[in-house]
Amino acid sequence: MSIDPQEARRVAGLARIRVEEDELPALAAKFNAILGFIDELKEVDVEGVEPMTGVTPQRLTRRADVVTDGGRPREVLANAPDAREGFFAVPKVVE
Amino acid sequence: MTALNELTIAEARDRLAAGETTSVELTEACLGAIEGAGALNAVVRATPEIALEQARAADAAPERGALTGIPLGVKDLFCTKGVESRAGSRILEGFRPEYESTVTSKLWASGAVMLGKLSMDEFAMGSSNETSVDGPVVNPWGEGLTPGGSSGGSAAAVAAGLCPGATGTDTGGSIRQPAAFTGITGLKPTYGRCSRWGIVAYASSLDQAGPMARDVRDCAILLGAMAGHDPLDSTSADVPVPDFEAALTGDIRGKTIGVPREYRVDGMPEEIDRLWADGRAMLKEAGATVRDVSLPHTKYALPAYYVIAPAEASSNLARYDGVRFGRRAELAPGDGVTEMYEKTRAEGFGPEVRRRVMVGTYVLSAGFYDAYYNRARKVRTLIKRDFDQVFADGVDAILTPTTPSAAFPLGAFEHADPVQMYLNDIFTVTVNLAGLPGISVPAGRDARGLPLGLQLIGRPFEEGDLLNVAGALERQAGFVARPDRWW
Repeated sequence: MSIDPQEARRVAGLARIRVEEDELPALAAKFNAILGFIDELKEVDVEGVEPMTGVTPQRLTRRADVVTDGGRPREVLANAPDAREGFFAVPKVVE
Repeated sequence: MTALNELTIAEARDRLAAGETTSVELTEACLGAIEGAGALNAVVRATPEIALEQARAADAAPERGALTGIPLGVKDLFCTKGVESRAGSRILEGFRPEYESTVTSKLWASGAVMLGKLSMDEFAMGSSNETSVDGPVVNPWGEGLTPGGSSGGSAAAVAAGLCPGATGTDTGGSIRQPAAFTGITGLKPTYGRCSRWGIVAYASSLDQAGPMARDVRDCAILLGAMAGHDPLDSTSADVPVPDFEAALTGDIRGKTIGVPREYRVDGMPEEIDRLWADGRAMLKEAGATVRDVSLPHTKYALPAYYVIAPAEASSNLARYDGVRFGRRAELAPGDGVTEMYEKTRAEGFGPEVRRRVMVGTYVLSAGFYDAYYNRARKVRTLIKRDFDQVFADGVDAILTPTTPSAAFPLGAFEHADPVQMYLNDIFTVTVNLAGLPGISVPAGRDARGLPLGLQLIGRPFEEGDLLNVAGALERQAGFVARPDRWW
């Protein structure tokens, strides 16, 4: 599997990271070095092996479905780059 | 008499208990050492006001906790209430959490004193502390040398006597590799032993917090204060926290130590091979039985890691969108929300983080998910099974080198492809994939006099036993060298 600049652009878009056009070839080359390395996994016989979902044998616990926290708009918004009237503010989404 | 900032945690504790010194004196000694160590760039934010207030409270406390009055450094990955927590990243510029991580809360509840925040690779992605927005940390063992990463600031600070202990985190070797490079001791506990709540996430199925200190005893003391079940982290283990320090009996007679043959990698430097052989001899001398074992899937651990960790990172780091916290890029007129995301993340993340997020995005994307991500998770199952088998065969701990070399020069990998740097974690990354506890103990020096570490890997949730074996290794190795002060 090899990544060309076109594919690198697609991946950058999916990751929501802007990459300038002239940086795409170098980025694709680095991707290919990493993918060449992880391609070694193809040598392993994984027939019938379950993919790991949790490394320790514990079961996820449940708690009562009740509200345990909340009502803290000041703390929630304290680090926002732009907050107004109790809301996070973003550029216009809908015309 | 040892300078106050050079005391171990156990020594400081004993002097405090005997009334021979005060927490304020200890804290001032550490703050003074920090002030004189700007050249190391290990501390990104000293917090002298908080430190002295906590120290005065410790001195006035009617009852002593496990760490009452002991000054510590905190890796900048831990959220600390009201104190900027940037994780080495530009995108978290100015982020002052409204909450405190569980691990640091527990430390303060045990009476410890916060000296400040310590440098690290950006979002804990790196093995040299060069990806930090704060610039590289320098190893006290030599100008121009890396302290390792990602907990490079913690390692350098402890090695240089800026603090007797520090918190670190370890996703693929980030506690153990820098500990080995700086001649200190670092423990990655079993996955689930310490709560991850309030620690900036890198790869959640691998991340684990742990102690970094000058010796095994201090790691045992710190772990006791950091560990414990936390309902706020669903993967935190609901198991009792034993007295780890009490486990240090020094007696390892009858223990079986496994030496995995697959760790004898091509091109391993002769001095690493010799150190490893010395380690076997030391443990035999201490009364343990040493035997060869096999971990057949070792070779696939790094490639599996570089699928799983970036995949989880791409998901975890999606939260840095310029909306809820941290930095937002300047927008041009007409820019919409997508441009805001893309510009914010392009300028907020450094090159290594951008690369890992994109690799993670790729291996999770439609058409590649099975070929890469699912396959890596299956290989992870096999890697864990290898360890399970060895432990089921009666092995108590596994001995390996911590790193394939001593500390390398800063900039050494600047023009190499990223995979070259990844190879640093070749001996440590298996432990994270299998969720096991691992500890690096300083055990020798290379031809240039730089420290080298040996790693011991233990059974899950048996850190006490692991620390005891590490203590025996430490005693046999007798590593007492400290860096000459040049900074």
